[in-house]
Amino acid sequence: MPPDRAALARLPAASRFILRGKPAAVTAAGNVFGIGLPEQACRAAVAADRAALWLGPDEWLLLAPESEGAELGATLARAMAGAAHSLVDVSHRQIAIEVSGPNAEAMLNAGCPLDLDPGAFPVGMCTRTVLAKAEIVLWRTMPLCFRVEVSRSFAAYVWRLLEGASREFGPQPKRCGE
Amino acid sequence: MSANFRTAEDGRIDRSRPLGFRFDERSYQGFPGDTLASALLANGVHLVGRSFKYHRPRGILSAGADEPNALVAVRRDEARYTPNLRATQVELYQGLSAESQNRSPSLAFDIGAVNDRLSRFFPAGFYYKTFMWPRKAWERWYEPWIRAMAGLGRAPTLPDPDRYANRFAHCDVLVVGAGPAGLAAALSAAEAGARVILCDEQAEFGGSLLAESDATIEGKPAATWLAETVALLALKPRVTLLPRTTAFGYFAYNMVGLAERLTEHLAEPDPALPRERLWQVRAREVVLAAGAIERPLVFPGNDRPGVMLADATRTYLNRYGVKCGSRAVVVTAHDAAYRAALELHRAGVAIAAIADLRTAANGPLPEAARAAGLPVRPATTITGTGGRLRVTAASLAPLAAESDRRGAEPLTCDLVLMSGGFTPSVHLFSQSRGKLRFDGELAAYVPGHSVQQERSAGACRGVFGLAAALADGAAAGEAAARAAGFSAARARSFACHASGFGTGGIRSVLPNAHGAKAFVDFQNDVTADDLVLATREGFHSIEHVKRYTTTGMATDQGKTSNMNALGIVSEALGKPIPEIGLTTFRMPYTPVSFGILAGPSRDELFDPVRTTPIHDWATAHGAVFEDVGQWKRARYFPAPGEDMERAVARECRAVRQSTGIFDASTLGKIEVVGPDAVEFMNRIYVNAWSRLGAGRCRYGLVLREDGFIADDGVVGRLAENRFHVTTTTGGATRVLAQMEDYLQTEWPELEVWLTSVTEQWAVIAVQGPRSRAVLEGLVEGIDIASRAMPHMSVAEGRIRGVPTRLFRVSYTGELGFEVNVPADYGRAVWEEIFEAGQPHGITPYGTETMHVLRAEKGYIVVGQETDGTATPDDVGLTWAVGKTKPDFVGKRSLARPAMRAPGRKQLVGLLTEDPHFLLEEGAQILAAPNQKAPTKPLGHVTSSYRSATLGRTIALAMIAGGRDRMGEMLYVTTAERPVPAKVTSPVFYDPEGARLDAA
Repeated sequence: MPPDRAALARLPAASRFILRGKPAAVTAAGNVFGIGLPEQACRAAVAADRAALWLGPDEWLLLAPESEGAELGATLARAMAGAAHSLVDVSHRQIAIEVSGPNAEAMLNAGCPLDLDPGAFPVGMCTRTVLAKAEIVLWRTMPLCFRVEVSRSFAAYVWRLLEGASREFGPQPKRCGE
Repeated sequence: MSANFRTAEDGRIDRSRPLGFRFDERSYQGFPGDTLASALLANGVHLVGRSFKYHRPRGILSAGADEPNALVAVRRDEARYTPNLRATQVELYQGLSAESQNRSPSLAFDIGAVNDRLSRFFPAGFYYKTFMWPRKAWERWYEPWIRAMAGLGRAPTLPDPDRYANRFAHCDVLVVGAGPAGLAAALSAAEAGARVILCDEQAEFGGSLLAESDATIEGKPAATWLAETVALLALKPRVTLLPRTTAFGYFAYNMVGLAERLTEHLAEPDPALPRERLWQVRAREVVLAAGAIERPLVFPGNDRPGVMLADATRTYLNRYGVKCGSRAVVVTAHDAAYRAALELHRAGVAIAAIADLRTAANGPLPEAARAAGLPVRPATTITGTGGRLRVTAASLAPLAAESDRRGAEPLTCDLVLMSGGFTPSVHLFSQSRGKLRFDGELAAYVPGHSVQQERSAGACRGVFGLAAALADGAAAGEAAARAAGFSAARARSFACHASGFGTGGIRSVLPNAHGAKAFVDFQNDVTADDLVLATREGFHSIEHVKRYTTTGMATDQGKTSNMNALGIVSEALGKPIPEIGLTTFRMPYTPVSFGILAGPSRDELFDPVRTTPIHDWATAHGAVFEDVGQWKRARYFPAPGEDMERAVARECRAVRQSTGIFDASTLGKIEVVGPDAVEFMNRIYVNAWSRLGAGRCRYGLVLREDGFIADDGVVGRLAENRFHVTTTTGGATRVLAQMEDYLQTEWPELEVWLTSVTEQWAVIAVQGPRSRAVLEGLVEGIDIASRAMPHMSVAEGRIRGVPTRLFRVSYTGELGFEVNVPADYGRAVWEEIFEAGQPHGITPYGTETMHVLRAEKGYIVVGQETDGTATPDDVGLTWAVGKTKPDFVGKRSLARPAMRAPGRKQLVGLLTEDPHFLLEEGAQILAAPNQKAPTKPLGHVTSSYRSATLGRTIALAMIAGGRDRMGEMLYVTTAERPVPAKVTSPVFYDPEGARLDAA
């Protein structure tokens, strides 16, 4: 079997914020975050090593490198001062797992009932969904690469489920892009 | 060894690789491509099982999923023992080991066969008629006897060691069945660009093409066309081909369940592969190309081994290179049997006679038979068969009126071919809730009105013959693709030359067959006479006849029998078939394993096991865990030699006397943020929040609309616009959903937002008089002295450099803190505190100690003291309710008279007269010790513990008018007798709360 048929990897720690609020705050946050927060439902916007994921009509998940967290939180809060919003640090609330390779869709569809065909779930699409009995945020970052955000206490379950689903595709934890 | 019935060449088996296998302790040989049934037939073995009721010898009837007789168990090892498999669907592999069922001691000599001799004592409805009285005999005799007799096969005794997978899939067009119609449909849809899934229950795609001997499609032999077509489909990236995959259920919204068998056919399964996979396919459009099932004829002795469906023998010959016998008698009401006779004849099987039940046997196939010199006898019936474990003769008689069996002519044979025509397989269509239509010309039920996005093609809708099936399939594929949005779809047309399919058919019992065992349902041993008897006894609806006689109720669901049963009941009642009604087609189409339905949800994946950041530390320190919802929580930390009682007593003393450390990370946490946060809190909680200053905490209580307690927890106000709300462990998701629901549907104008932070924070409770001393050296940036940080306050700072939200709260009644740190730091901070606490005798404690400590203080647990019918007043929490607030969830309900009526159950304490007697939680409470039944309990015990601190047992209880009963002696039920207990205040320890500040 080719070594890159299916890969499962835990991604490094990250800074995460849940931003909810009124348009004024959202615009202000986008300006300092460096990415306009996507207005289209279920879409992620990316710039360099930051990303903003649309999770609901007034809810975004902001991702940034772990080291930028404290500074970023303060910057965002300052920018939105005076505009109604809620900014909550959830960096430790969840962890990220990367699922990649030609069989990434098949692995995820072991527990996720969504249509993950690129036509239905293109690069840049993100959504809250389920993986079997766990709630996840699923984001297609590249044609053959998904990022799964999962609450930390469900991570072992999600990992085992995906690991079980990957077994038939052969061994090899390997990151996409490596 | 056994005889060899294998042809010299041909067939789709690989003759270069012989496979050894065992059936009932005898060894045989077969080839790759064989099924167990074809390999046994090749060895001359027809006898493969004993029937369910009469234990009659039974042979292989069919070549597919419709097989009612050849049910076998396949055993790889004791954990991989699968009963009730159809031998016609079991693929052969090297070393396969199978055994017959329902026989003792052996297949050839079966004691249960005595039932056959006694059969006149087992009429239809035997159970209903026999096991009526005496009543007492049921438990002792009837039920054990019936249970011993009932059921086929046995279950494996060891857990299933294999993995089962699940896959959700979506497609534009799902095609069920890869015979000519299904292949043509898949081609049409795939060429239009649709995403196609094509599944077939067999190992190879092709359906009837696999048994085609001389047909050509597009100028090529059928087998060549088949190979090229499958190869073409396999190359298309948007086509998924699923052989060995049974579409077993058609659910709502075009969800079709497929059972894929990945390793059942392998001698040495790859451990990386799951054994089976459940596909849950959501299809825009479905094409059903399920084919048709040949009907047996109903005549005496039609169940003798060697009596087979005519078309099945063709399949065995052409696909597997197996002659099912050497001398055959053919009995038919359909032209198709002539095709079988001709092909068997060509292969060297002698055809003793072709008895045609029709008065005239004309048309191309009968003519061809005559031309080949086969003895065709129109207007002839079969009146019986001879032989014991295998047919040795068949008796034919002219159909002339009133001819009886004695005038029959016995013909020596070892094979009887029968054909009553073909029944379209409408199972999946019917499961989709489509309405069936009775086609008078075909005399068959065919798909009528569709209610889902599906269409049938080919034989399953009564379109028979190769050319017609290809054309019908291509059209269905085009229509499905168009309906799925591929407007450029075009139906392929196929130039096809094949012998005609012919016409004919019968759906009833043959003449002169009454009074003898002429089987309709082979698997449940139902005869034509049983059905007639049922109609005589007043069962006129087919649904009633079915249940009374059990016809069609076996694991094959009457695939071969239902139409004949309808015909017989129709004749008996003198009503046309459509007026008899039709029984329901239920999923699964063929049995599916429990394993595939469970999928990966077993063992550690049965349900998510949630653990806290401190879990591994607790494990390393010997914690005993308990399940709280999906969470694992440390229940107690036994020292060597300690049981739970002693461990908990020690942990309780430590908290009361020095300090304890407790993992409270599972508490639900919600951050409520926004300019309207305080207004939102005022509306959701019963409490008043406006005057709670930043940095302060309050015990909060949430009601449902009906005024009953839903959840509780401490809430800290971090800032003017920011609350840190805690909920119970089990209530976290529910409370957040209730809050979000109100925000979105009732109060969209509020500028406030909710974020779950349950898992962001690890929560370390440090409780006890020495807790401040333990934390003093660790906390940075917060003055934790009592003046600066009184009970019920919160501050943000650092602990050993880690950002913390420090709460001064107590669920123990002692001075206490709850340290919240980001979860990744939880374990490290816990260990720092544990280390710093060593000089103070810090003791880890679990949920059991937490419960004892809170019960000593009379603190409730929502869901333990409350049961969904408790108001704040019932549990003594009236003080928490903001009286002057204009509204909050549940306020109006609290004003209902019933909510304030005297005699409501109220929270009280209970102290047993015997201070060491431990009451049972849930025990009922009585006013007097010797009440006669029926008694009306006053209430029940909600919590009961041994209190090391108080040196006695304590209990909390909900008792009618409890607060007015202080000091009363009541009686609590036990297994033996009611025991006396005194009603007290629910606060057993430190009622003035002095210890909250004791250090």
